[in-house]
Amino acid sequence: MLMYVGRRLLQAIPVFFGTTFLIYFMVFSMPGNPVIALFGDKTPNPAVLQRVMEQYNLDKPFIVQYFLYLKNLVTGNLGVTFSGRKVNDIFARAFPVTLKLVLMAVVIELLLSVVIGLISGLRKGRILDHSNLIIALVLSSVPPFVALFVAQYFIGIKLNWAPVTVGAKATYATMLLPAIVIALTIYVTGMRLMRGSVIEAQSAEYVRTAAAKGLTRRRIIPVHIARNSLIPVITNSGASFGALIAGTTVTEGIFNIPGIGNVLFKAIIIHENATIVSFVTILTVIYVLVNILVDLLYAVLDPRIRYV
Amino acid sequence: MSDRKIEHYVAPVDPADEIEVDRVKLGDRRSNLWLDAWRDLRRRPLFYISAAIVLIVSAAALFPSLFTNVSPTLGCDLGHSNGGPAGGHPLGFTFQGCDVYSRVVHGASTSLSVGIFVVLITAVVGIPMGALAAYYGGWVDSVLSRVGDIFFAIPYFLAAVVVMSVLSAHRNVFVIALAIGGFAWASLARILRAEVLQVKNLEYVMASEAVGRSRFATLMRHVLPNSLTPVIVYLTIALGAAITAEATLSFLGIGLPPTTMSWGNDIAQAQTSIRVAPMALFWPSLALTITVLAFIMLGELIRDALDPKARAQR
Repeated sequence: MLMYVGRRLLQAIPVFFGTTFLIYFMVFSMPGNPVIALFGDKTPNPAVLQRVMEQYNLDKPFIVQYFLYLKNLVTGNLGVTFSGRKVNDIFARAFPVTLKLVLMAVVIELLLSVVIGLISGLRKGRILDHSNLIIALVLSSVPPFVALFVAQYFIGIKLNWAPVTVGAKATYATMLLPAIVIALTIYVTGMRLMRGSVIEAQSAEYVRTAAAKGLTRRRIIPVHIARNSLIPVITNSGASFGALIAGTTVTEGIFNIPGIGNVLFKAIIIHENATIVSFVTILTVIYVLVNILVDLLYAVLDPRIRYV
Repeated sequence: MSDRKIEHYVAPVDPADEIEVDRVKLGDRRSNLWLDAWRDLRRRPLFYISAAIVLIVSAAALFPSLFTNVSPTLGCDLGHSNGGPAGGHPLGFTFQGCDVYSRVVHGASTSLSVGIFVVLITAVVGIPMGALAAYYGGWVDSVLSRVGDIFFAIPYFLAAVVVMSVLSAHRNVFVIALAIGGFAWASLARILRAEVLQVKNLEYVMASEAVGRSRFATLMRHVLPNSLTPVIVYLTIALGAAITAEATLSFLGIGLPPTTMSWGNDIAQAQTSIRVAPMALFWPSLALTITVLAFIMLGELIRDALDPKARAQR
């Protein structure tokens, strides 16, 4: 197990350097001087330009710039936005909100996957199974922002069951609607994993043994079939946890939830590239870390993985 | 040691059975993976529905005049701003007073061309990366797979956000397809790599090399064609996903410029008056959803048809 953890962490090192380098390269190899762009249509004083360039290390060669940027990233200094606020402070305030939202969405997704997947697996090939799959596929192909608008319009505006926008008071209750909508658009993968493993488990020897020794279906289904089918579904939910943290931009923008995605959403709208880059980098690093944790979780849950 | 002798009974061989087994039955239906898949698809009503939607959307993209004579941009009358359906304008008007139906029809070509370009970029980069890595192994695999890992690790929507923010001066269909496809290929390379790893150990690959065909020729002639199933499925679904990504980027204001007609732009514009005129938001959203759904459904049906294991689970 320790070997596996070590190997997985070693594999992450080139990925960490590669992703940060790629993002940095994409932005800073582009034509145009970002400092001059900062002055708008005015021509800056050459001395001022020189000083600002030095301040942001823009006078140094590209690779030196990259390593200075990496040093700042690793030591937790994430820079400042154009309006002079520290990215660290914004992150510290926004991240817990995003975490709450994503956690809620993942729990709902897990419940939907397990319950509907189990029902579909047990009713394999029947009408209920087919309609479950089609409903899940239809929901998954609705573009998230369309689904969010529809929910906002009907449940928020027409029925008035939920707040239309979340605003400053981002509690679990106010974020329930967007969390449900996100869960509905992504549960198809988990549901199919559950369905597939339930179908496999039903013809497994240990299930036949359980039936042969006289256990009722009421005991076999939750204890023998469902429990052994959970591993892939749980790891899938772990993966969607990572993907959702990285992908809440649209959700938080539409529902005005003060999380990381919303910061990114606003930065995109006012074209604040420096902030976009620092947040995309943070989100990518989080995504990579969560994926490592998911792999390790998989190894803990399923002993077969460790020996491959 | 006992002296007991064991008599083995050997049944007499009836040659008729063997001849029967060996005979090539010319009268039988031809059968291979693709034919079976095609027969399977033809039995499924969902296949006809998805294929019909794809055909209609393609027709709207290529020949919008087949569906509407109303111009989507000219003759917009602010007097009709957010108006409901009227004679000749079945779906009402946008905020700018343009015909919603005509804009929905003309938006199809943008979405479809972004989807097709993304699929092309994904295939052109992803197929060689995955196939060469798996087939040659060793240091080729190490290098290509590490490069793929890096692209795979950046969520492709975030990567597209960065590319589009940086290239905000050159926003067009090609650039947006590059921003999406430039990162989406990594998943395809992974999927194909796993498939080629399995296929390359099969006997017919060894046989092809044994008769003197070069390694590269074997890869092109035997390994690749037999590894394409998951590639086709992935690309069909990726086309739908790319259309969603384009609409989302346009919706965020970093996709196509507002002057380009696209469902994402129309949704973004209609969003501001969602309380007054929800239908102007609804129609382009519906067109977008149905198109994406058709591609995803088609991908799923092809997967089902080509995968004997999935057929058993049905």
